Amino acid sequence: MKSKHQRLILALAALVAIIAAGLLAASALKDEAAYFYVPNDVKTKGVEPGKAVRLGGMVEKGSLRHEADGVTIRFTVTDGKAQVAVTFKGIAPDLFREGSGVVAEGAFDTQGTFVASNLLAKHDERYMPREMEGMQYDETTHQMKGAPKP
Amino acid sequence: MKGRWLTWLPLAVFAALALLFVGGLLRPEGRVIESKMVGKPLPAFALPAGASDRPALASAQFAKGKPRLLNIFASWCVPCAAESPQLMALKQAGIPIDGIAIRDARGDVDRFLARYGNPYERIGLDARSSVQLDLGSSGVPETFLIGGDGRILHQHIGDLRADDVADIMDRWKAAQ
Amino acid sequence: MIAELGLGALWLAAALALLQLVLSALGLGKGRAELLSGVRPVAVAQAVLIALSFGSLITLFLRSDMSVLLVAMNSHSAKPWLYKFAGTWGNHEGSMLLWVTVMGLAGALVALLERTLKRETHMATLGAQAAISLGFYAFLLFASNPFARLNPAAPDGQGLNPLLQDPGLAFHPPTLYLGYVGLSVAFSFAVGALLTRTVDASFARAMRPWVLGAWVLLTIGITAGSYWAYYELGWGGWWFWDPVENASLMPWLAATALLHSVTVLATRDALRAWTIMLAVVAFSMSMVGTFLVRSGILTSVHAFAVDPERGTFILGLLAIYIGGALALFGLRVGTVREGRQFEAMSRETLLVVNNLLLTVILGVVLVGTLYPLMTEAFGHKVSVGPPYFNAVAGPIALVLMLAMVAGPLTRWRRDVPRVVGGRMLWPTGLMLGTASALAVAAWGRIGVLPFLGLVVAVGVALGSLIPLTKRNLRRTPLFTYGMVLAHLGCAVSLGGMAAESAFTAEKLVAMQPGESVEAAGWRVRFDKVMPLAGPNWVAMQADMAVSRGGDETFLHPQNRFFSDPPTNTTESAILTTWRGQLYIVLGDRLEDGRWQMRIWWKPFVTLIWLGGFMIAAGGVLTLIGRERRGWMLKVRKIRAGEWA
Repeated sequence: MKSKHQRLILALAALVAIIAAGLLAASALKDEAAYFYVPNDVKTKGVEPGKAVRLGGMVEKGSLRHEADGVTIRFTVTDGKAQVAVTFKGIAPDLFREGSGVVAEGAFDTQGTFVASNLLAKHDERYMPREMEGMQYDETTHQMKGAPKP
Repeated sequence: MKGRWLTWLPLAVFAALALLFVGGLLRPEGRVIESKMVGKPLPAFALPAGASDRPALASAQFAKGKPRLLNIFASWCVPCAAESPQLMALKQAGIPIDGIAIRDARGDVDRFLARYGNPYERIGLDARSSVQLDLGSSGVPETFLIGGDGRILHQHIGDLRADDVADIMDRWKAAQ
Repeated sequence: MIAELGLGALWLAAALALLQLVLSALGLGKGRAELLSGVRPVAVAQAVLIALSFGSLITLFLRSDMSVLLVAMNSHSAKPWLYKFAGTWGNHEGSMLLWVTVMGLAGALVALLERTLKRETHMATLGAQAAISLGFYAFLLFASNPFARLNPAAPDGQGLNPLLQDPGLAFHPPTLYLGYVGLSVAFSFAVGALLTRTVDASFARAMRPWVLGAWVLLTIGITAGSYWAYYELGWGGWWFWDPVENASLMPWLAATALLHSVTVLATRDALRAWTIMLAVVAFSMSMVGTFLVRSGILTSVHAFAVDPERGTFILGLLAIYIGGALALFGLRVGTVREGRQFEAMSRETLLVVNNLLLTVILGVVLVGTLYPLMTEAFGHKVSVGPPYFNAVAGPIALVLMLAMVAGPLTRWRRDVPRVVGGRMLWPTGLMLGTASALAVAAWGRIGVLPFLGLVVAVGVALGSLIPLTKRNLRRTPLFTYGMVLAHLGCAVSLGGMAAESAFTAEKLVAMQPGESVEAAGWRVRFDKVMPLAGPNWVAMQADMAVSRGGDETFLHPQNRFFSDPPTNTTESAILTTWRGQLYIVLGDRLEDGRWQMRIWWKPFVTLIWLGGFMIAAGGVLTLIGRERRGWMLKVRKIRAGEWA
């Protein structure tokens, strides 16, 4: 009889723990799951400031500006129907450039600017960085030939 | 007994998971980055010749009443070699195909075509990927179906497999 | 020729796996014992053939045979030989072949070494093992033939993903795979025991070394993977809760729970049905993980070749094995007799708490990982990131750590709450002391979770050592040392995580060559950037001089560009001191000639991986200790028999 009683307590404790974890998980999912938006969704539905979302689209040509500090960039993301201004502080991914696709993770500030904490750029093959254009790799000497552009 | 149903609960949970996975597999569109250009006219371009025995390629050659395939390839890309029999089969079926070689050199393209066959009527050389980006193509190989009015009708991402050939043919016939 | 030899051996091995399954099924089903005697030799022959097949593939890669499609797609003749070798399994087909090879070898080991199990259970286990292998053989032969030819041959290969050109990563996926295979063996044992109705302590003792071995390998794999992501991605983080990472964490959580429940079953003959269930769950999680990674139904920052077709195949296997095993569980669990009873205050109870919390964390991670898939079914695209996982799994993990201190301090079967409380006195006091000291020193500057993490880590570190007190250390069994080391490793790792989260300092600047900045007490001088060439990459490399009062040390962060296939990687520069790591990433060059730099000071971050390896080492000690004891008992029995 005694062991039955103890088992019941154990089972109840387990049940309480699982329900508590379930509730915790449900509320966290509701708050923390980041929805995916394109600029037109932002325009039509609106996104409340501070909520973590992901914004996807193309980096509009001619919109990329570097701030004086050298590590902040501003650009516009477009899906052809609407535009969203984005600012990002950090090192942009290697394949990030005007006209390419981008997914930005972050939140809107109160002015309606999207503050990105992370940028993911679409992948591309054979890519040479600006600084090394004009240089060639010599397979026999393992040295770079030619000079980088000034 | 604490209810027999408890012993079947894991199986039920697993079945729900499996259903979710099947659902995910059946919805592949979320994973493929489709070009925003499908349905729009082909962007204007004029490329130099990519091979020594084929003429150069320009967008003006497309809107001439007959649908054509536009294949994006590169000599350095192994899936492009793998899809060459499928392109040859499409050519045999009478479908006109043009190619754009991406970040390539003419000598390399010549060697590639000598080795794997040449299904193209015209080949353009897109040394800096600019036309590829304009087309909204994210990699090689990709194949576009361009309608007789110069609109992009369909985009096939990745290499053409043997079982894709019939689908491409049907789409080409429907476009005529 | 070698490719054809490999393919032939693969077909033969598959045929033998089928034979192994048929022999054991007929032998057990129809009670024909003579058939059963064929099972073990067949298992060994299958292992020899599959090893031959895998050896052929390695040879093809080492020779850079570009007439084989897989080699042409994934290798390059100019690549260092180590990466040609590792390239064998750095791709889908090769990794699947590695999987069945290890499975075949594990099957041979089970056939040759296992002596304590009842014969029927042993044969049923080998039958189950053959059934699992058979699915993977079919997968290889019909959907992903590694030996397919490319005609005409490619002039040169397409290279290996440069992200995989890293000694750590070359051996990271196989380590995880070995762990998954170990779990598949545990699964086979569970199915064998269910089929022959022999779920008891002797079954648990036969299964335990496999669970332990798999768990050690998974621990090493996850720890190494975390370090790889830390220095290779250049994002300064050590865990991103990415689907690919979660795919390796979930089997580990299940294996950790199984490891503890199988100990209860082996020592106290309790938790019978639950242990079977966990063995099934642990293997399911490794299959679910493989499915998520290979099918690409979830997007991840870790690049993998994905193919929905292959996903379908793995899902089919998953449905057959796991669905079958769970159905068998539902049918047979009624025949599993109830294990022995235990009191509410006992080590058994605390191990149940451990299992419960680990399972809950597993559920939390699984739900978070799959939530995007669920919402997608309703048309919403979402991503679930660290905020969710940290907020939910973090607190539960901290409670689990407290249970981890109490467990070893509580006796089996029955203990007195007051006495257990007394043994917990020192760790509790230390935690309270740390909490007040930290509150005074850093209140408001660090988050709640890192704060609690530091407090618990200190308490657990002390508590995990208490089992070694008041006893003769020379006569303490090796497996006790193993447990203490593993639990201490958990505390060390937790301490590193909490310290990193609480005290990391970051500086993001654009610098001209010749300029200096101050970051967290470090003086960082940027000298110049030079191009540099490696065997199959070129890079821009920065020369940085860093100092903290004393002498300067030189660091060289790089941006690397691989040509074949064209890919770009960040090689962060890391300076390790006993107090932490200075971590520098080189960014882009700006038009005015400045370079972007990201500098982090991460106090005690190395403890995270040190703790991980301590946990694995503890597992190894336990494995040796347990096996040696079993072996000694056997020797003693034989001697006693001779003397009698």
